Amino acid sequence: MSVLAIDDLHASVVTDTGPREILRGVSLSVESGSTHAVMGPNGSGKSTLAYVIAGHPKYVVTSGTITLDGEDVLSMSVDERARAGLFLAMQYPVEVPGVSVSNFLRTSATAVRGEAPKLRTWIKEMKDAMGVLQMDPSFAERNVNEGFSGGEKKRHEILQLSMLKPKIAILDETDSGLDVDALRVVSEGVNAFREETGAGTLLITHYTRILRYIHPDHVHVFVDGRIVESGGPELAAVLESEGYERFVTTPAS
Amino acid sequence: MTVLEAPPTDHSPRVASSDVDAFPIPQGREEEWRFAPMDALAPFMSPASDAGTLTAEPSPYVSAVPVAALEPTWWLPTDRPSAIARAGVHSAVTVRIPDDAVLDAPIVVELRGDVALNYAHVDVRIGRHARATVVLVHDAGVDVSGTIVTDVGDGAELTMLSVMDGPAERTHLWHWPVRVGRDATFVGAVVTIGGRVVRMLPSVSYAGPGGSAELLGAFLADDGQYLEHRIFVEHDEPHCSSNVVYKGALAGAGSHTVWIGDVLVRRTATGTDTYEMNRNLLLDDGARADSVPNLELETGDVASAGHASATGRFDDEQLFYLMARGIPERIARQLVVRGFFVDVLTRIPSVEWRDAILGRIAQRLGMDAEIETALEEAVQ
Repeated sequence: MSVLAIDDLHASVVTDTGPREILRGVSLSVESGSTHAVMGPNGSGKSTLAYVIAGHPKYVVTSGTITLDGEDVLSMSVDERARAGLFLAMQYPVEVPGVSVSNFLRTSATAVRGEAPKLRTWIKEMKDAMGVLQMDPSFAERNVNEGFSGGEKKRHEILQLSMLKPKIAILDETDSGLDVDALRVVSEGVNAFREETGAGTLLITHYTRILRYIHPDHVHVFVDGRIVESGGPELAAVLESEGYERFVTTPAS
Repeated sequence: MTVLEAPPTDHSPRVASSDVDAFPIPQGREEEWRFAPMDALAPFMSPASDAGTLTAEPSPYVSAVPVAALEPTWWLPTDRPSAIARAGVHSAVTVRIPDDAVLDAPIVVELRGDVALNYAHVDVRIGRHARATVVLVHDAGVDVSGTIVTDVGDGAELTMLSVMDGPAERTHLWHWPVRVGRDATFVGAVVTIGGRVVRMLPSVSYAGPGGSAELLGAFLADDGQYLEHRIFVEHDEPHCSSNVVYKGALAGAGSHTVWIGDVLVRRTATGTDTYEMNRNLLLDDGARADSVPNLELETGDVASAGHASATGRFDDEQLFYLMARGIPERIARQLVVRGFFVDVLTRIPSVEWRDAILGRIAQRLGMDAEIETALEEAVQ
């Protein structure tokens, strides 16, 4: 049983005109076996929340805490967070020229597991995981994210998720840029991971579409850097029909 | 003998001569010397009576012969240090591959010297329709000025690899003129890791139509190193191709690299296919990479002609992506730098040498050749 606990988190991004606060007091707990959907309009800061949990150097945490099973996540480096059991499936995965998917996966699996996987079982493990996501075996020889289509990038993210088996998975707009078929395959990959590992999942999304495939236990509405309302799956249905308008406070004129 | 030519371009050599006096002592303002640290080159600008000559272990294809025995030759020195070295060298290292020979194992030539300052002359000739790989290893801890004259016979395939490693305080000045025969294929890879001041000047010309030349380079400059690669490809025969790909990584604030790629397509060189590219990766603040591609077309009747140059900083987003998968920073940097060189190094046909070079690059970066071992140590 693992818990990712976020308490009154404030974070800023450093810009040319000085720091700008984006997260304004986020509190949220994600436990093993539960799936939380964080939904919000563009620019609400929901992707920033994902990056701050993963430790992107662009953001500075000004107050609040993040812990994983009581351990202080904010004092960990980016790689330590991943080895502690956090995983961020990125919205815009980065190209790494000259590094093959297979070399990358093996290096990261070695790092996360603390020992190199046995070569014989490793090849089978990789092949099986790629099969679930309907990926051609030749994919392993391509360079990381180089020339990948939008769908291939997302499959590659979920491939890593299924092989690194984190305690808590954070999926940042995994549904964006996917057609219906790709969305279904990627969602099935996420669901297989959840069933197999019983991990906790934090699903960050703008649209309700992905929630037809990945069913959340909790839905949070994220506006202007904080959670403004939480509820069950029925809240997603409200957002589907009404949009975000009623949660966005219009500034007094 | 002095041969003076009208300058074909601002960038190709104006003078070719075996007469030292044909070349005044450069002051450092001349185009071809403008980046170089002239103080460090001073010992090579006047003949040294105590200079030695680099030698190599004789083998079935490798011998030592008096330089005079190489006459007549199509090659002439094109600057003062090469003219001085040509006049002062005692013997040449020759590599001779007979017509139609197909050699699977690379011919490895390790250049050695006994005294601090040396001249060198290497002369490689591969016969018609022969195929071979020649590896030149410059590991000797001595200063040297020399030339590698390379002649690729008609229809031959020659792959050459020049590995410049060894102590960091040394000066290496090399010219590498290559003449590519009719329908012949030449691959020349330069790996420059060692030396304090290195000037490597490969040049390619074609002896007939249909020739193909691929010039590859991987260089890694650390603090205090000056590495200059100056390439000149002259297309004067029809239907020939040239492809130049040089990649450099700069670590350390005082490192400086220079890449000059001059390609000249003459009026007679119709149907030419040429491309040149230089990419540099700055690993530290304060490193300096100069990159100057020049493409000069005297005919519009070419198949393809292009050039590209880009110098960028280490990409922190790549680092974040790899670290977000649990990979420690040191290993992540290693992956990125090795990945940067991979597309150049995978074109080196010898797997054994490819791995050896990756290992040397990793070692020079203070990285571990074996990622897995390093990983297991890092995460324990």
